[in-house]
Amino acid sequence: MSINWFKYSSPQAFHPLAGRVIPWFSVAALVLICVGLYIGFFVAPTDFQQGDAYRIIFVHVPAAWMSMFLYVIMAIWAALGLGLNARPSFMMAQAIAPTGAMFTFLALLTGSMWGKPTWGAWWVWDARLTSELILLFQYIGIILLRASIDDLRRADRASAVLALVGVVNVPIIYFSVQWWNTLHQGASISMTASPKMAMTMLTAMLIMTLGFWMYSIAVTLARMRCVILERERQPSWGKNTSIQEVAEAR
Amino acid sequence: MSQPSMSEALRGIVQRDLQLAMRHRSDVAMSIFFVVIVASLFPLGVGPESAVLRMIASGVLWVTALLACLLSLGRLFTADFLDGVLEQMLLIPQPLSILVVGKVFAHWVISGLPVVLLSPLLGLQFGLSGESLWVLTLSLLLGTPTLSMIGAIGAALTLGLRGSGLLVALLVLPLFIPVLIFGAGSVTSSLAGIGSEANLSLLGACFLFSLVFAPWATAVALRIALE
Amino acid sequence: MFQTVALSGSRGERQLFSEISVTVKPGTLLAVVGANGSGKTSFLRMLCGLLSPDKGAILWQGTDIRQLKELYRAQLTYVGHLNGIKDELTPVENLTISACLDGDESSGGAARKALEAVGLGGPVHRLPTRVLSQGQKRRVALARLWLSTRPLWLLDEPFNSLDSAAISFLTQHLQSHLSRGGMVVVATHQEIALPPDSVQHLRLTR
Repeated sequence: MSINWFKYSSPQAFHPLAGRVIPWFSVAALVLICVGLYIGFFVAPTDFQQGDAYRIIFVHVPAAWMSMFLYVIMAIWAALGLGLNARPSFMMAQAIAPTGAMFTFLALLTGSMWGKPTWGAWWVWDARLTSELILLFQYIGIILLRASIDDLRRADRASAVLALVGVVNVPIIYFSVQWWNTLHQGASISMTASPKMAMTMLTAMLIMTLGFWMYSIAVTLARMRCVILERERQPSWGKNTSIQEVAEAR
Repeated sequence: MSQPSMSEALRGIVQRDLQLAMRHRSDVAMSIFFVVIVASLFPLGVGPESAVLRMIASGVLWVTALLACLLSLGRLFTADFLDGVLEQMLLIPQPLSILVVGKVFAHWVISGLPVVLLSPLLGLQFGLSGESLWVLTLSLLLGTPTLSMIGAIGAALTLGLRGSGLLVALLVLPLFIPVLIFGAGSVTSSLAGIGSEANLSLLGACFLFSLVFAPWATAVALRIALE
Repeated sequence: MFQTVALSGSRGERQLFSEISVTVKPGTLLAVVGANGSGKTSFLRMLCGLLSPDKGAILWQGTDIRQLKELYRAQLTYVGHLNGIKDELTPVENLTISACLDGDESSGGAARKALEAVGLGGPVHRLPTRVLSQGQKRRVALARLWLSTRPLWLLDEPFNSLDSAAISFLTQHLQSHLSRGGMVVVATHQEIALPPDSVQHLRLTR
């Protein structure tokens, strides 16, 4: 029995499928995040240098990883959209962006929360934190560009181009900010010296990352459903589907 | 059927923009005055101690040049878009990315080159001298065309949108940051005695990279904007 | 020879026209008519390659224009709603530059002759285009057609803003272009005074 995956690339079919699948991802996310936080906050050993304050990295590092992964995935969907001229791909990119921005912000916030008790400052111009900040600007740029363009086709394609230009910029930013950091030695306290990883710590981080993945999938699918409903108000897919019909199709 | 050669098309594009600039000589003057005024704000804000000024010189002058480029991006495509000239440019039977290089080059001659030529004077105001002054000028010579090319992508993406001035800044500043780091870094490392070759080479690499990719991205963005 | 095959287009969320198939033979003019908002401009822009159709294809000498790209663009001259001229330059300067960019003869003399053919006399040539009237600017934009050696002309409401003298200049010039084997696609509200066997009509309705 083979599943015809292409059937689900049409918004009418995608909507109910996503609806059925989201609860599973949400539950998985909840479970994994709870387990990860439990291990991170209670089971992992206290770091002899930083005390218990370091435990925030169990949120900070997975959030930072997610912000990067999601940007790349968003760029892949953008490339597919431009290459195949496929609206669903653009819609996926549109759905991912806000979650990516949220994780970037979370990484910055938790990075700041780590910095205060550890180094005494709410913000340090660490290479990684600065790169995360610039990544946040890139996410916001994509979201704002889309919001500024009324014509849907132009909004899709312009934000896709920006996402691709930005994805090329991401490694360049990381390299240049590292470079800048080494150039101005002593001007910043490095937060990249993370505590030596005990096995439990690594496990907790991986579980948290997996939990964040589940969350991202759930939220992106939910947002996709909203995007579909929004766009289906006009019969641009060639079918006259009313919102009522699409919402009812379980 | 007639077709211009690539050099004829490029020459036509550059010549038209330079001719227009000659009719609006104030545009060139505006870039120069902006840079002079903004650069003067910093000593007024920070204090005139020469040691402090020397330390912030590379950053201040580079950021000023960057802002001048950013503010001039509105003039790159908007006027042509409004009177239909840009539409005609898209119909020229030569690769649009080459024509974009022509537009950006003319734009740089009008807004970027004056800043480069002025930079030694500004550097002197901030207490730079000798090798670091030379490095500053060279870094701006490499950097300002790079900024113009990267900025053109943002200008093309936001063509005709309301509030595009601020929006283009938001889109383009993350892309400017590596150029800023290497450019200002070259002057800083020259002052510190480390030698500026590494930073200047990286800046040169940015220039070449943007020369290859930015006009193509700009061409794609222009076609999207003119649909 | 120029044809569209089952061309469908939309603007934003609005379906404009669908399944348009039309052939334009050398020496003929296609008049695209329809109410305001029926998609005439979008149709013309699709023929230029500026706008992508939802479905269908446009063929030049049997080949899809999306494959021909620059080769196709070298065959057409487009005068759209916007004049495509710079206000700060004089009509002569505007024409010499657009002729240079078209690969046509771009001498000042040729430009002046074109301007005179379209009814703009000597005194106007050296003024910045900014001070001309709407109708005069439109004539400057259309003067490109007197310099163009390209076979396909795509004109969007060219008669707008023109007085009857200019309309007759343009109509005569279109006639001579057709008799040389050229093709014209015009979006227009007006009747064009050309022999009926060289004109076909395409009515766009929603």
